[in-house]
Amino acid sequence: MAIEILDAGLASSVQDRGRPGYYNVGIPPSGALDLWSALAANLLVGNSPDAALIEAAYLAPKVRFTEPAVIAVTGATMPVTVNGSPVPQWESLAVGAGDELAFGYLEAGARVYLAVSGGIDVPEVLGSRSTYGLGGFGGFEGRNLRAGDVVPVGIGNGRPGLVVPGDLRPRFDRDVTVRVVLGLYDYRLTDAGLATLLDSTWTLTPVADRIGFRYSGPSLEWRERVQPFGAGSDPSNIVDAGYPVGSIQVPGGVEPIVLHRDAVSGGGYAMVATVISADLDLVAQCSPGTRTRFRAVSLDEALAARAAARQQEVELRKALQ
Amino acid sequence: MTAPTKSRYSWGGDEHLVVQLAEEMSLAANFTVMAIAKQLEARKIDGVIDICPANASFLVRFDPDRIAPAALEAEVREVEQAVGDTPSLTLQTRIFEVPVWYDDPYTNETAARFRDRHQRPEGNDLEFAAVENGLPSVQAFIEAHSSAPWITSMVGFVAGLPFMFQMVPQERQLEVPKYLRPRTDTPALTVGYGGCFSCIYSVRGAGGYQMFGITPVPIFDPQQKLPDFSEFMVFFRPGDIVKFRPIDGAEYERIRAEVQAGTYRFRQAPVSFSLDEFLADCDAYNARLLEALYGN
Repeated sequence: MAIEILDAGLASSVQDRGRPGYYNVGIPPSGALDLWSALAANLLVGNSPDAALIEAAYLAPKVRFTEPAVIAVTGATMPVTVNGSPVPQWESLAVGAGDELAFGYLEAGARVYLAVSGGIDVPEVLGSRSTYGLGGFGGFEGRNLRAGDVVPVGIGNGRPGLVVPGDLRPRFDRDVTVRVVLGLYDYRLTDAGLATLLDSTWTLTPVADRIGFRYSGPSLEWRERVQPFGAGSDPSNIVDAGYPVGSIQVPGGVEPIVLHRDAVSGGGYAMVATVISADLDLVAQCSPGTRTRFRAVSLDEALAARAAARQQEVELRKALQ
Repeated sequence: MTAPTKSRYSWGGDEHLVVQLAEEMSLAANFTVMAIAKQLEARKIDGVIDICPANASFLVRFDPDRIAPAALEAEVREVEQAVGDTPSLTLQTRIFEVPVWYDDPYTNETAARFRDRHQRPEGNDLEFAAVENGLPSVQAFIEAHSSAPWITSMVGFVAGLPFMFQMVPQERQLEVPKYLRPRTDTPALTVGYGGCFSCIYSVRGAGGYQMFGITPVPIFDPQQKLPDFSEFMVFFRPGDIVKFRPIDGAEYERIRAEVQAGTYRFRQAPVSFSLDEFLADCDAYNARLLEALYGN
């Protein structure tokens, strides 16, 4: 069983839940940027949560199935067709040998997920099937999918007709509030600079990929200082340090960047806050132009949000048994 | 909030603890980071996913479903205390040689292409670095860069990229600013320089460091073809000690051929590094390290 890629879309890659444990040598966790939608897709087709699937940003691929399969499409809202006829998202579907799956234009969200019963069967690299594009390994030949690729699929036992209930589907908005924990090098900002970060409405720029999301808005003011040895002359420079996944850096005090799951693991720009783990999926589904507020929460609030997300997962599993 | 006077603990969301030992770079801060990272690793704390030593700080990536942040912080503080209380720490590590073709045509061509992003329109990055550091010639700069060894103070940015800090007193540290605006291209295996750090670009891509030369030896090998990569695709580890050896174009081609044939091995030796002994007489200590590398 395989999927033939007829048209690759804009940036489509094989991802699973990621490759933890190698960040100390600069290899990021990778994995689906919107883990919730990826989990829902896998559960819909009877896969393990760790199965690999296809993530596509903005423009989704056109594919053909070589054999009958059970599939599900989740994530961003887009018209989906099989052999030209509309089919629903967030449901498991049966497709036949030779059937073609295609997508229309993005209506809401940014990233769509296609799971196939049996999972994408590429070799594991360092314990994961996720693509790490900068390093050129993992996924399908270490790169985004291209037209002509034939992507192998494992053997599954999915069944059609499962549906994710409406209240367990994410809502996509063009105005979002992203919760962050302040800290790291935030003491380098003046009080006014910190207020600017939290009180402004930021607009997501087109520079928004698996590595990071860049926002436009006002510039932030830094405290004056004597340059620490090795830090660099700009007030936003630090002696190169590790970057948390989700951390917000502000090079030169302009255009904050939220690092995502293919993060560069470290560098010389001060980070001033970190997106909480429960809101990384939300960031993943923002498309350019999305108006974004950063709201400061405590670590305890971040942990409570994480626990609430875990409880939602339990609900999702129950719904898709 | 005020600047830290000692280690500063801070949360990077709910999955990261970042500990900043110092705002400025020093061998002492980096050595302490290495020692803490090693001891934390040895504890095999359940719920800890990554321990990432950086230049003067470190990051711990953890799963808060498995370890409470407060419990993690307490354990890290305990290790930091234990390391601080130990009078003469040593780091078990290795020293190896990286051959470098300084002033090579590949990086010079790239430097020429991106001259509009550079501080000094005339000449190349090496000439700029020599002038910046008050050295009489490019040759003198290469001599300063390649004679004393370097310690790998951090691995990261992208897969397997080492940041290296030269093992000399601060007054002998070379310092060079980064490009005014980053390049969109850097040849793979370029030996770069920014601030007080050397790096080797593990893959081709964007970069802002000055470019001094190129090494024929891969440092990141996802296909794991060379014997030194049989266990892992990344060669550099934090704490590795590195000696650069200047080579010419002919030797560069010879080593490339060995790499292509899959026979190249890094010249390397295990060493233990003592910060106290190093600080007491760094030149003598470095000479001993180099004996371990070249003596047999």
